[in-house]
Amino acid sequence: MQFGIFSVGDVTPDPTTGRTPTEGERISAMTAYALKAEEVGLDVFATGEHHNPPFVPSAPTTHLAWIAAQTQDLLLSTSTTLITTTDPVRIAEDYAFLQHLSGGRVDLMMGRGNTGPVYPWFGKDIRQGIPLAVENYHLLRRLWREDVVDWQGKFRTPLQGFTSTPRPLDGTPPFVWHGSIRSTEIAEQAAYYGDGFFHNNIFWDMGHTAQMVNLYRRRFEHYGHGGADQAVVGLGGQVFMAGSEAEAKRAFRPYFDEAPVYGHGPSLEDFTRMTPLTVGTPEMVIERTLGFADAVGDYQRQLFLMDHAGLPTDVVLEQIEILGREVVPVLRREFEARRPAHVPSDPPTHRSLVAAGPDAPHHLVAPAAKADVATPSGDPATVSG
Amino acid sequence: MTRRIVVLTAGLSQPSSTRLLADRLADAVTAQIGARGESAQVEVIELRELAHDLATTMTTGGMPTPAVERARETVAGADALIAVTPVFAASYSGLFKMFVDVLEPESIAGTPVLVAATAGTARHQLVLDHALRPLFSYLRAAVVPSGVFAATDDFGGPGSAELGRRITRAAEEMAGAVVSAGVEGFAPAAARRRDRAEEPTDFADLLASLGQ
Repeated sequence: MQFGIFSVGDVTPDPTTGRTPTEGERISAMTAYALKAEEVGLDVFATGEHHNPPFVPSAPTTHLAWIAAQTQDLLLSTSTTLITTTDPVRIAEDYAFLQHLSGGRVDLMMGRGNTGPVYPWFGKDIRQGIPLAVENYHLLRRLWREDVVDWQGKFRTPLQGFTSTPRPLDGTPPFVWHGSIRSTEIAEQAAYYGDGFFHNNIFWDMGHTAQMVNLYRRRFEHYGHGGADQAVVGLGGQVFMAGSEAEAKRAFRPYFDEAPVYGHGPSLEDFTRMTPLTVGTPEMVIERTLGFADAVGDYQRQLFLMDHAGLPTDVVLEQIEILGREVVPVLRREFEARRPAHVPSDPPTHRSLVAAGPDAPHHLVAPAAKADVATPSGDPATVSG
Repeated sequence: MTRRIVVLTAGLSQPSSTRLLADRLADAVTAQIGARGESAQVEVIELRELAHDLATTMTTGGMPTPAVERARETVAGADALIAVTPVFAASYSGLFKMFVDVLEPESIAGTPVLVAATAGTARHQLVLDHALRPLFSYLRAAVVPSGVFAATDDFGGPGSAELGRRITRAAEEMAGAVVSAGVEGFAPAAARRRDRAEEPTDFADLLASLGQ
């Protein structure tokens, strides 16, 4: 199972000092968190993508490449890559390039983005969010899987004889997750392609999260990728830890109460009841996180949001240290102990996808459609697109 | 067959004239459904009790609290709604609107709705037609032709008998709409609505609709 951290990349004032970090400081801090993640044995660092203040991560592949150059094993991912407003041709090329630079330590998570004005800045319309995600992602799959693409769609200029460069590392496109909180169409999309489904549940209760994950699992099986319990599931979560629950709450409450995303609404206590937010001891975080598998089944990736609410860099680094040294080793052991043998522990990685060979379903544009495509030999496994 | 009547009442005081009107409407609708050979089961949602939960839902990006979720499910499962609000600043109250704002957009499409309002003076009576009716039209609910407006005077003065007649007329219309919705071969509106989590749009259809 993979464990890691993900960052939204917000520039938030520290409410205890009133000081707002500069964009440069925030970017450097995110880099430091990624390096710390590798140092303490975490598997994944994922960055958000935003094109509006108060967020800094507008150029994820630039940032991830810089991190890749300074790490050995860390898997670099996104949370999320904007499939609606970003040209799929640029996603295909940028992330294939990053695959080459990082030795295949890349996967990515598709998301739509929920800020209305961002869409027109990129010539798009938020009301077309789902159709944009559907069309753009299907084109992205073709660009990574077909050397020469002729394509016409609703939202982008047509392509004739186009080759996206560089080609994916080892001819193997990166694994893709689809992130969605409420849209059943996106769970359906992830299931259709046999991709991963990430439910970023940091603002949702487990009942809702379980409903979305179960829909994805059921449809994953429906589309013939394996059993529902073998579908590839990721969850979010956010924590703040200290030696005692009282100390954790004392330290985190001033940040919670003023944070743009938490403050001036429900109390810290109510919010921790309603969402995965856990403010307490490492043991409490372990117990809470293990409970996620009771709600959604055994899953493959757990990402924690650690740099939230304007916490200062040294505090976040210390939190990642506790996460990597005290929490995740226990979670690894306990999650594996409860996982049935036929349920995969890890999501697909570059290494496992290469090992599966060029005829594996991963190399099909639409693996679920393969049974419907007639072939001369009548053998659906030979269809490549 | 038993019809589920859900009453939304947004009065703030105890007792409130809004709740008094809501109870009279519920009794009248129950009686009229009974007169058509069926029975009614009434559930009342006191929005005052949800005020804090609604504020919490608003400040957490729309994540419903368990109480809000229960209320939403109650409304979505209703065969008919009776919606009663006090008039605040020439419109429905903010609390009333907060609840309507957290309803799923499709959840009361086609559901018969009886709109009603209370105020200190009859000069506010057009609130039914300039505020409540467009709100429920937007949600594509089936608002019955008569709404019921009650000013303070209507509860005791010379107009009180007239209020009773207005309640009866609206209840007759409501009962007619509810009972006709269940004629053989026509499922009630609530059962017609699709649960997207149970029955998702097939992805191949989504792709095909884009010509891919």
